[in-house]
Amino acid sequence: MSKPKFKNPVVKWIDYRLPIFTFMDHELNHYPTPKNLNYFWNFGSLAGIALVTMIITGIVLSMNYTPHVDYAFDSVERIMRDVNHGWLIRYIHMNGASFFFIVVFIHIFRGLYYGSYKAPRELLWILGVLILLLMMATAFMGYVLPWGQMSFWGATVITNLFSAIPVVGESIVTWLWGGFSVDNSTLNRFFSLHFVLPFVIVGVVILHLVALHRFGSNNPIGIDVKGTQDTLPFHPYYTIKDLFGLGIFLTLFAAAVFFFPNFMGHPDNYIEANPMVTPAHIVPEWYFLPFYAILRAIPDKLGGVLFMFGSIAVLFILPWLDRSPVRSSQFRPIFKIFFWVLVLDCFLLGYLGAMPAEGIYVILSRIATAYYFFHFLILFPLLPYIEKTKPLPISISQPVLSGSYTAASSAAREKK
Amino acid sequence: MSTKSDLKSEQDEGKRDFLIVSTYALAGVGAAAFVWPLIDQMNPAADTLALASTEIDLSSLEEGQAITVKWRGKPVFVRHRTADEIKQAQEVSLEGMRDPQTDSERVTKEKYIVLVGVCTHLGCVPLGQKSGDVKGQYGGWFCPCHGSHYDHSGRIRKGPAPTNLEVPSYKFLSDTVIKIG
Repeated sequence: MSKPKFKNPVVKWIDYRLPIFTFMDHELNHYPTPKNLNYFWNFGSLAGIALVTMIITGIVLSMNYTPHVDYAFDSVERIMRDVNHGWLIRYIHMNGASFFFIVVFIHIFRGLYYGSYKAPRELLWILGVLILLLMMATAFMGYVLPWGQMSFWGATVITNLFSAIPVVGESIVTWLWGGFSVDNSTLNRFFSLHFVLPFVIVGVVILHLVALHRFGSNNPIGIDVKGTQDTLPFHPYYTIKDLFGLGIFLTLFAAAVFFFPNFMGHPDNYIEANPMVTPAHIVPEWYFLPFYAILRAIPDKLGGVLFMFGSIAVLFILPWLDRSPVRSSQFRPIFKIFFWVLVLDCFLLGYLGAMPAEGIYVILSRIATAYYFFHFLILFPLLPYIEKTKPLPISISQPVLSGSYTAASSAAREKK
Repeated sequence: MSTKSDLKSEQDEGKRDFLIVSTYALAGVGAAAFVWPLIDQMNPAADTLALASTEIDLSSLEEGQAITVKWRGKPVFVRHRTADEIKQAQEVSLEGMRDPQTDSERVTKEKYIVLVGVCTHLGCVPLGQKSGDVKGQYGGWFCPCHGSHYDHSGRIRKGPAPTNLEVPSYKFLSDTVIKIG
């Protein structure tokens, strides 16, 4: 990449001493990006914007929030009723969490479908899974802060997961709580961690981006960029594409915030926490439901916890579980079918997580859980031995082979 | 010499400029609309504004005594002045005062002087409410932070404070009950 030429003398002066403008020009302007990215590649930048939105609204909320068992619930109600625009800021933060997870889940399935986790992007993928874990911890602790019934009992149930650990489990739970039940010490530390973890996420996101820019984005056909004819400069081609996607995202986000802000929440969380009474039906936030279903599917305390964490752990080792050298599902006919089975399986787990743990739901949860682990631990490693992949195109610019529609149309485009 | 295709590209550029400018403008409006709630949330909330008035019953306040009440998080001084203090406050020459004001401009009933007890210099609370306090050279209030002296009417007479102690807006609901704010 040639050295950019800056006209502004101040920019020039600064850039000579601190090459920040060269850096930005290189990573955001010229940054060569595969020219065939589809709209599924919008979700990375959307996740970044969701993170920034959460941090900004969160800092503002913390200016009006009191992390104390006697005041937390009232201070949140005060935000809703008395603080100027407090209702708006809180609803953005509340729904922002859901939208952040929607975006990240799509981002992850995009990576699964197009094989974005494969060499040389293994660390990029692992950092992403780490971000997911941090997000889950942050979201969980944030949900405790309003100190409603769901906050309290969610905190009780989730922290009690650790009591499943043999020998030291009980001590760990006492340590997490800072007492003998979820109480003021717990609330205080959760507030502290909920405030700091997003900045840890920002740090990991930066690493995620450094790893991304090392080899650049994967692309829908999953083959490496062969040269400049396969890429476009990031600006204006992908900045504008990202902005268009952002517009749609914000429209949906605003619709949720303004028209059904409590749709993804639970009404019981508008009842102040009461350590004496557990709500009749307690469920986690929707984005935890699939994991919750796995937890309940296993008829053993420790086993349930292990399988639940295991469902994330398999993602960490995915780059080595999948032995197929072909990245994109477009060229893996059997994998492609199973991909959609996995998507359905995750939806099914989500549905089952919201249902009571009895009767048919338990059996279905077990089947769905079994499939989830079968998919990652057996299908991924073994499928390459039986699957006949389709021939890969020579390059992004010449997607295929004689006679195919894509080849013809791209050749026509090239002529222009 | 402009050919037909040159004209067309000029038109296209005009259209493109329009698109770019309108996109920036719309994004600017959107960003401002998003930022405003984030800024405005730091202004006093509705419950804070609702607490912005205080009623005080002065019936038990004897001549020469003073009380301090909290109003909007700040101390308000109310002193029941003696005849001698009222006389001094009314008769002193305004000449040479930093912030000249007659005593009658500063009181509703001359018996009671009501002041925001915050020094106009840098916000400390002046002494002079309690009987043992240092009251300064003019017998009113004295700010210990940087040595401002106030008289019986709360006017600045000596020291760094730029203006007289502020008189809050208040009214008498009856002979001895006042409502501040």
